Amino acid sequence: MPALLRIARTLRRTLLQAIPTVLGIVILNFFLLQLAPGDAADVMAGEAGSATAESMAALRSRFGLDNPVLVQLGHYLNNLAHFSLGFSPRYGMPVADLIAQRLPGTLTLMALALTIAILLGVVLGSLMASFAGRIPDRLLSIFSLLFYSIPSFWIGLMLIVFFSVKLGWLPSGGAGTIGSRLTGVPAILDKARYMVLPATSLALFYVAIYARLTRASMLEVKNQDFVRTAYAKGLTPFGVTARHILRNALIPITTMAGMHIGGMLGGAVVVETVYSWPGLGRLAFEAVMGRDFTVLLGILLLSSLLVIIANAAVDIIHAWLDPRIGAR
Amino acid sequence: MSTTDVGNFRSLVAEREATAEPEAAAATAAANGPAWSNMKAPDARSQQSAAVAVTNGRRALKVFLSNPNALFGTGFLVFVILVALTAPILYPDDPLSMVGRPFLWPGQNSAYPLGTDSLGRDVLAGILHGSRISLFVGLMATALGLTFGVLVGSTAGYFGGWIDDLLVRLIEIFQTLPSFVLLVVLVAIAQPSATTVTLAIAVISWPTVARLTRAEFRAIREKDFVMAARSLGYGHARIIFREILPNALPPIIVTSSVMVATAILMESALSFMGLGDPNVVSWGSMIGTGRELVRTAWYLTALPGLAIVFTVLALNLIGDGLNDALNPRFSQDR
Amino acid sequence: MAPLLQVDNLTIRFPRAEPVGNLSFEIEQGETLAIVGESGSGKSLTALALMQLLPRAAKIANGHITFGGRDLTKLDAREMRHLRGREIAMIFQEPMTSLNPVMTIGRQIGEVLKVHEKLSGKAARERAIELLRLVRIPAPEKRVDDYPHQLSGGMRQRVMIAIAVACKPKLLIADEPTTALDVTIQAQVLDLLDTLRRELQMAVVLITHDLGVVAQWADKVVVMYAGRKVEQALPGDLFNDPLHPYTRGLLAASPRLKHDFHYRDGALTEIPGSIVSAVGEAGCPFRPRCNQARASCSHHVPQLIVPAADRLVACPFTTSLKAVPHAAALSL
Repeated sequence: MPALLRIARTLRRTLLQAIPTVLGIVILNFFLLQLAPGDAADVMAGEAGSATAESMAALRSRFGLDNPVLVQLGHYLNNLAHFSLGFSPRYGMPVADLIAQRLPGTLTLMALALTIAILLGVVLGSLMASFAGRIPDRLLSIFSLLFYSIPSFWIGLMLIVFFSVKLGWLPSGGAGTIGSRLTGVPAILDKARYMVLPATSLALFYVAIYARLTRASMLEVKNQDFVRTAYAKGLTPFGVTARHILRNALIPITTMAGMHIGGMLGGAVVVETVYSWPGLGRLAFEAVMGRDFTVLLGILLLSSLLVIIANAAVDIIHAWLDPRIGAR
Repeated sequence: MSTTDVGNFRSLVAEREATAEPEAAAATAAANGPAWSNMKAPDARSQQSAAVAVTNGRRALKVFLSNPNALFGTGFLVFVILVALTAPILYPDDPLSMVGRPFLWPGQNSAYPLGTDSLGRDVLAGILHGSRISLFVGLMATALGLTFGVLVGSTAGYFGGWIDDLLVRLIEIFQTLPSFVLLVVLVAIAQPSATTVTLAIAVISWPTVARLTRAEFRAIREKDFVMAARSLGYGHARIIFREILPNALPPIIVTSSVMVATAILMESALSFMGLGDPNVVSWGSMIGTGRELVRTAWYLTALPGLAIVFTVLALNLIGDGLNDALNPRFSQDR
Repeated sequence: MAPLLQVDNLTIRFPRAEPVGNLSFEIEQGETLAIVGESGSGKSLTALALMQLLPRAAKIANGHITFGGRDLTKLDAREMRHLRGREIAMIFQEPMTSLNPVMTIGRQIGEVLKVHEKLSGKAARERAIELLRLVRIPAPEKRVDDYPHQLSGGMRQRVMIAIAVACKPKLLIADEPTTALDVTIQAQVLDLLDTLRRELQMAVVLITHDLGVVAQWADKVVVMYAGRKVEQALPGDLFNDPLHPYTRGLLAASPRLKHDFHYRDGALTEIPGSIVSAVGEAGCPFRPRCNQARASCSHHVPQLIVPAADRLVACPFTTSLKAVPHAAALSL
């Protein structure tokens, strides 16, 4: 299959290019960790209330905090090679496990938000493009610019006021009804109820971006010759849009979706704190409050990897959507 | 959360245009028949120079001033700036101090038109004073990010070669790190204050500018007037700053207004999470404290949020207007 | 028998221009009609009007287009879609951009069959391979899964032709089908079109600015200038004895014909001025560029007259021997 070959070639190139980036990020991460004021021993000692110099030193040597910087970097790299992100004294568990626990929550939230954003954005953008310059387009343009300007944490709080406090339709936080023994479809529905508001808050900003991007992209594709060919074949306007315009217009949109994974992760941090959603963002917030920099930098490193993986995925989608890519 | 995505979008578009332009020019030349291809098209393009950039600027200003949305945005921004400048005169007392009975709703007491919060602090005073930190961080972080980004981007785009490779790697690393997570880490490590927040936002926003500037420089580097400047023996600095930069400015200007908007959103998100300057009232921190009471006194959250939304909207309207004015090809769809 | 396509007094208007005015012509079944003129003469707009695919700003202000007994200007969108691609098909000037870059050519050919003949995906693919063979593309079983960027310009135009003839249309409109191609490929593509015309008994409207193409492939020629028909003739008559000053200018400027016709000894000339000069002119649109213009030319648009059998010309000062008014000719 030529399509598969194209995709495999793209994937190889992407991964090769990612290697120096990953290395750079790892080293940057390590030095940020060194810059952090105090270390985990300080924090633990502070929490315990009293600590002698000896117990502090013992803690430090136990976690290897008293070695020279380069030795620590060596340890760090060695640990990473073994998929270990270090140990969080505060949670009493390896950082990797801690992150693995929280990662699915964030990924679900982001996936849902991204789906909402792309679907809604593409639909609105197509509407704007088909009414370009007329009233519906102008109205939607202003709305999209407004969505673009609203902080996600604030819209999150406003949605809570409206949908949970005033109307009582949806829960205001958490990830599921505590103590419920639901299974199967009802359990999924229960989870979904908890996800609606956080995912919407996270998605709105991106709805605006995708709507604007889709509009511009569709307007550009619409004037191309092959669209006229499609009309000359006797296709309906819907057929032309769905089969010819949209797929070509989607190519720049996938690029953008890839670029937004990192931004969305950042957005998830804020939204998760608003909704007490048990994900990476909430963990990051707790780590900041507890000055637990091992956890914080573990999250930074892991989310960077996530971005790289997402970019690779986008490249693959790209290669699948656009047959010209593999040929180059 | 709104990170540097908006900037990314614009830079992507600009990059695409920068690369597409020679092809498009070639295509029109071809379409117009062979008689044209050697005469008019390259001639018209080589005419562009610093002087033309200035007259283009005048035309762009005209377009910008005839755009009602952009004018509204500018008007509102001027209003916010005036508020920020006069807040210490209108409300000379510390906005963090208690002035009245707590939980006064807006309109309940005419002395506090927007009400008071749980500690009896005046909400209006807080919002007026809050504009100061938002604008300060927004403008300063953008200025720093722009300066550094333009320096890196122009160096990479102008010189090319291994310098370019190296700088592109650096840009790529910063663009791969999720910017808001990095921002949180940086501020948490450096301890929150107005200065560290500003610096940290500049650190995460320069790569967008650098990428954009690099793409512009690569496109302009090859044009005839730059070749001419080179053949006259001008130094690198002169070519970069006097010949290329004025022509690379339009997309950078468009991006900068969006950067200010993004920086304001970031600052508010940080303050909301408790990572803002603890000694200064900011819109984000007001929302953060109001949040606990969102069930009973939702106005404490809503009002500072509206201040953010309108300020950021004004900046985005300006950005859109600038885009239409400086990038005619893109605005003809409207 | 009524002609397959009859265009009567077609006038196309933009808000501030009239690129095609009072244009009439007709095509019999299986015939090739060439419409000749330079860029801006309104020939491509005429083609798009036949497909009812005019740009949104352009309107058919007047006239009728009768195809198979039905007036296309009065059909609704659904009825027209039913004709497009099935009874009237079109190929465009730019094979490089006229195909969708992200769809295999097999699916692009199959699409028209799925729409009009309700073929299944598999059957459409089989037919696409047959059609690729029909347009002389080598190894069609392999090529069917290619994307447009993998093909040369000539091959892409063959694919466009395959799409156009897929449903055996009665009328094929070819808008400058070879202009964007290499000279060596041009003849091959036009030969293919002509062969298919005979095999499928299609009528062809061949729009071109290339008189060489006309001489070789057309049964009948309409010369357009500034949106109006200035001359109509059989190709032999046109080249032996061009009547309108514009046609003469075109022939004198056309290098390929010089060994055949009596211009052989003269140098190549060009027509002074440009078609833009016709904008906003009262009277004969060619007057500003015409070397035989007289004062009376600026008074009104010249009527078409019948100087000889099977000929029409829109110039009263032509050197022909016998001039009969157009209206009288029609009653013959």
